[in-house]
Amino acid sequence: MITFNDLTQISETEWEIPQSFRSDMRGPVRIFATRELLDHVLSDKSLEQAVNATTLPGLVGAVTVMPDMHQGYGFPIGGVAATEFPQGVVSPGAIGYDINCGVRLLGSQIEAESAKPHLDMLATRLNQYCPSGVGKDGIVKVSIPELERLLKDGTKWALKNGYATKADLARTEEGGAFKGADPRKVSKRAKNRGRTQLGSLGAGNHFIEVDIVQEIYDEDAASIMGLQKGNLAVQIHTGSRGLGHQVCTDYVREFQGAVRRYNIQLPDRELVCAPMDSPEGTAYLGAMRSAANFAFVNRQLLAHATRRAFEETFAGKSKNWHLHQVYDITHNMGKIEVHEIKGEKIKVCVHRKGATRAFGPGAPGLPPEYQKIGQPVLVPGSMGTSSWVLVGTQDSMMRSFGSSCHGAGRMMSRSKAKKEFRGDILRHELGDRGIHIRAGSMKGLAEEAPDAYKDVNAVVETVSQAGIARKVARLKPLAVIKG
Amino acid sequence: MGYKEISHTADWSIHVWAEDIQGLLTESARGMWMLTSADPADGPRAERELSLEAYDAESLLVAFLEELLYLSESEKLLFDDFSALSVEGRKLSGIIGGGPLRSIEKEIKAVTFHNLDIRESKGGLEVEIVFDV
Repeated sequence: MITFNDLTQISETEWEIPQSFRSDMRGPVRIFATRELLDHVLSDKSLEQAVNATTLPGLVGAVTVMPDMHQGYGFPIGGVAATEFPQGVVSPGAIGYDINCGVRLLGSQIEAESAKPHLDMLATRLNQYCPSGVGKDGIVKVSIPELERLLKDGTKWALKNGYATKADLARTEEGGAFKGADPRKVSKRAKNRGRTQLGSLGAGNHFIEVDIVQEIYDEDAASIMGLQKGNLAVQIHTGSRGLGHQVCTDYVREFQGAVRRYNIQLPDRELVCAPMDSPEGTAYLGAMRSAANFAFVNRQLLAHATRRAFEETFAGKSKNWHLHQVYDITHNMGKIEVHEIKGEKIKVCVHRKGATRAFGPGAPGLPPEYQKIGQPVLVPGSMGTSSWVLVGTQDSMMRSFGSSCHGAGRMMSRSKAKKEFRGDILRHELGDRGIHIRAGSMKGLAEEAPDAYKDVNAVVETVSQAGIARKVARLKPLAVIKG
Repeated sequence: MGYKEISHTADWSIHVWAEDIQGLLTESARGMWMLTSADPADGPRAERELSLEAYDAESLLVAFLEELLYLSESEKLLFDDFSALSVEGRKLSGIIGGGPLRSIEKEIKAVTFHNLDIRESKGGLEVEIVFDV
């Protein structure tokens, strides 16, 4: 068990577990947290998992963990690990089963005050048009050949088929299409699971949330993003559904053999990996990018359905009911990027699991309007609490492989949450606070109780104080749709 | 033979124990369905032939549970009778029985290998399984 005494304090918001802590570590662990948030971290096994992650062959620099970190399986949630490309490894478990789980933010010119009488109807329509729940089919079913085109082309497929605009693509990470996707490396089973689930939310902590922009912290950045105080915005949080889960499952199973073939010793079998330049590693990268493209299209279709719900609710009632895309980010992904390590530029695979890319101003790949302010970083809070819009900084490029936090982070187990909270009571309480809830499962709702999570404001204050992201706007929920 | 939910910050975990590997597979499946609040529907029973081979006992357990999850999603069938299954070393084969599934309330994304270790115990075998949810 790792204790406070094992940590070296770097600053008020940064801590380190040195490489000397355990003989099999290939680098240190860097932790972004205040003393208070650190107490939450020390109460579960997240730091043991971060130490285990430092054993990945080809690790470059430190395994970095964010203030919303918590125990996961194998690799901690909120963790970032970079491995040298191409001889270092890629680890599917360090990216997660929900490949390209992420968040899309849409902004509007609709004043929340005038929208209030219509929010209940809006929530009902969103619930009707955006399928949610376990194993539910999505908005669109496609044939296998069509699915394969979509896995290769990502959101370009959605543009071609009338579900997206060019502006949506420009404001999506990687333009909504990862290069190097290889649908041939996606199993038949994964394709069969995915072909019926396009445009579906799923269950668990996934949601669609209508918010009011409650506070602006950076007028310039907010204006460039099209966010205005008092107006409505929408967050869509979901990922690659059964297709992505199956891709990760297939390769975690396959890599159980790969680690033996490449003589890789690991402290946890969920961290299994393969060199990126091996046939197994190359195959996974092609499959992972395909699943990531599926997730981009999934969120795009849900955005399309959300726009329909907004049009039907606000056309004729509001001057401009259109929803524009602010950004779409992934927080479960492995990406090949160039980072500066000890003065040398190195190409690495950055594994982010429950961590958001947070590139600073001038970083390659950002749309022209975001070159000046840095990449938008979307941080949803727990249900009923604030969410945040941040931007990446130059510091994040130097200190966290261009990464920041991804949410509030759980602190209470699901089993305890089920005992402590009741979904129906929670729904009433949130309703009394003016938040319209549509949820398929009351048990699932109880597990997602706000008190089961850390305070998202404390998480955001930490990354802001540490300098790895900058505050732009705070959002407050008005309606939540969950599976 | 039995299973018990154990605490995990973000995901679900169960402790399972049984006299032998066949019992351990059966109890693991029951524990998994309990976690999801799977709700069977009235209707005719169904059978499927299963044949799996894996690197070791742990991989076989993961493959078995993944197969049940896949059948529940793709065919809307809830399998709960494993009496005609046989396990020999790293191979599993035989017939599984089940019935129609009305709903699954909570989703399991995957069965993980996290610290997965089937151990010998006083009563036979035991294991802790972590599910990604």
